[in-house]
Amino acid sequence: MNNGLDCPLPQSSPSDVVSLAHGEGSGLTRRLIQDRIKKVLTNPVLDQLGDAALLGECSRQVMMTTDSFVVSPLKFPGGDIGSMAVYGTVNDLLVSGAVPHCLSLSLIIEEGLPLSVLDEVLENIQRACEECGVFIATGDTKVVARGECDLLFINTTGIGFARDVLPLGPASIEQGDELIVTGPIGQHGIAVLACRNGLNFTPPPLSDSKPLVAELAALEPLMPRVRCMRDATRGGVGAVLQEWAESSGCTLTFRVQDVPVSLEVRAVSELLGLDPMHVACEGTMVLAVNSSTAKDVVTALHNAGFPCASRIGTARERDIVPVTCVGLLGQEQPFQEPLGAPLPRIC
Amino acid sequence: MKYVDEFRDSQAASKILASIRQLAKRRWRIMDVCGGQTHNLVKYGIEAALEGVVDLIHGPGCPVCVTPAEVIDVACELSQRSGVVVMSFGDMLRVPGVKTSLNSARAAGGNIRTVYSPVEAVEFARSQPESEVVFFAVGFETTIPATALAVKQAAALGLKNFSLLTHHVRVLPAMLQLMQGQDIEIDAFLAAGHVCTVTGFEDYGTLTAEFSVPVVITGFEPLDLLHGILRAVSLLETSECGVVNEYARSAAAGGNVAAMQLVDEIYEVVNQSWRGLGVIPASGYAIRECFQRFDAQRRFELSAPNHVNESSSECRCGDVLQGKLKPLECPAFGTKCRPEHPLGAPMVSSEGACAAYIQIQPQPLGTT
Repeated sequence: MNNGLDCPLPQSSPSDVVSLAHGEGSGLTRRLIQDRIKKVLTNPVLDQLGDAALLGECSRQVMMTTDSFVVSPLKFPGGDIGSMAVYGTVNDLLVSGAVPHCLSLSLIIEEGLPLSVLDEVLENIQRACEECGVFIATGDTKVVARGECDLLFINTTGIGFARDVLPLGPASIEQGDELIVTGPIGQHGIAVLACRNGLNFTPPPLSDSKPLVAELAALEPLMPRVRCMRDATRGGVGAVLQEWAESSGCTLTFRVQDVPVSLEVRAVSELLGLDPMHVACEGTMVLAVNSSTAKDVVTALHNAGFPCASRIGTARERDIVPVTCVGLLGQEQPFQEPLGAPLPRIC
Repeated sequence: MKYVDEFRDSQAASKILASIRQLAKRRWRIMDVCGGQTHNLVKYGIEAALEGVVDLIHGPGCPVCVTPAEVIDVACELSQRSGVVVMSFGDMLRVPGVKTSLNSARAAGGNIRTVYSPVEAVEFARSQPESEVVFFAVGFETTIPATALAVKQAAALGLKNFSLLTHHVRVLPAMLQLMQGQDIEIDAFLAAGHVCTVTGFEDYGTLTAEFSVPVVITGFEPLDLLHGILRAVSLLETSECGVVNEYARSAAAGGNVAAMQLVDEIYEVVNQSWRGLGVIPASGYAIRECFQRFDAQRRFELSAPNHVNESSSECRCGDVLQGKLKPLECPAFGTKCRPEHPLGAPMVSSEGACAAYIQIQPQPLGTT
């Protein structure tokens, strides 16, 4: 094991890497933008290379979100920082009820990053944009000295147009509503953890990093009956339930045995003493829906190719505990959030 | 998942629970000595399901909790030294020493890294010859062979920048000490299945012979735990006494001979100081003379840490660690002592008994 402090990078000569000069506004900066970034991400709006992108007029309500991506290693089984930076922001727009339109892209690059790695990230960004039907409208590049960031940080801001019917939000969750997840949970966090720490599982656990476009399309006809949606990223499904319990004033209860968890994620979680409910997803969302709609929602997701979509619990009148789980012996007990990042146990 | 699902079958669990309820004519006091077992008894609702039938009490089974505060301070101090990297298991980071925790020491500039295996620390030392790598080696017999292997590998590689700050502990001497105490009543033990997988359980005969206390080697899954409790109750009800293995898929009487030979090659048995329990004879391991160059204590010429008396009127973690007090009975539990502001180690460690109980303790919104 190499302690997984970085992803395996090819040996590079100085001309093959990003240097501080690439960020100092000189010819090297222009070359970096023109020959690498614009070349890959090209589209009529970006190609203007103005200080601000002209997006034109629109008759719909405009929605905006932003997110920063600092994953290490940059490439992991099932994804990479580039595609994740697109999917993550697109998913935030989608679950808020927007049709994603375009993104900004801000790159903070550590001096010494091989240009070949940057090229690969840019290509993955472009591929992900095409997959999601969005484009990069504007961007920025900064280079910082070695040690001031971890190879590459990315920020994307997304703009989308509001759909006719927006989800009401977690405050609208009522007693009797059902909780649904669209796929197996904890995939992303476990994949990155295993890769980062050189835990060589065969097969390696894969991240679920993907856009939620197909899920949203499948749910479109049912949307007026969906109370709220959330992609269960940092903190996992557990964190979403805690937030929703606070917003709604209900107690949210889930049944441990109904939560879909893949064999790989279960195995790694069992070994390391982690609870997949606290582990990040990057392509799985949680929904709260009216109980009469729950069956239709799950059927629609199954028919759209998401066989693991499951009804995992319900909302009920608040007692003193915000989130509870029903375990093996049918006992209901409080489900607490971890303090900080979950840490693997000793034995 | 094989070896997991079949041991979490809720119908089978209900049947065993019914058998225990039917069989137990007295409210027997059964102690586990493993943090993993404590957590699963609470997490799977077994303790709650047996309330009023069997008293499950939790002994000093959390390796992090029994590491003395002053030893943690030594690790923190080492991490602040120029060129030194302290590596340990993640579980160790939040546990408070007398002055600070590894987490706080790291925030204050200490060079501290978490690893999943001591062998990772050896690999790190090999790749970073300019660093002095100290692995903070705590744990029971489950962990000790891995740290012994790390020393062996470091020796084979000829590393001159790798050492261990050890606080290894042995379970059986602690069980004997608990039985010798006057103020605790233990009717039977659930012995830690994974410790026994390494050490075997032939030595447990001395415990049963001397104190007439049945010992059931028990695994960790809900059905393992229920089978262990059922067997203990059955032995107690028929006045039988002996060492019974209910974890045969992992533990054998002779243990893991290769692992124990390795431990014996690197370490010698010594008296050890336990947090909350004091010094217990022959309850720990120290690095043998011939491997002393890998002993951080000698390498950095550290003086033996002064034992700190942590007796506090508020935190009763010593009594909790000895099973004299249930976490819920501690006056500070859940109020002055919580995971975000712990007074004692059992509230911090993921294997600590207080941390297990707080997980299922209703907690009104806005208290954190």
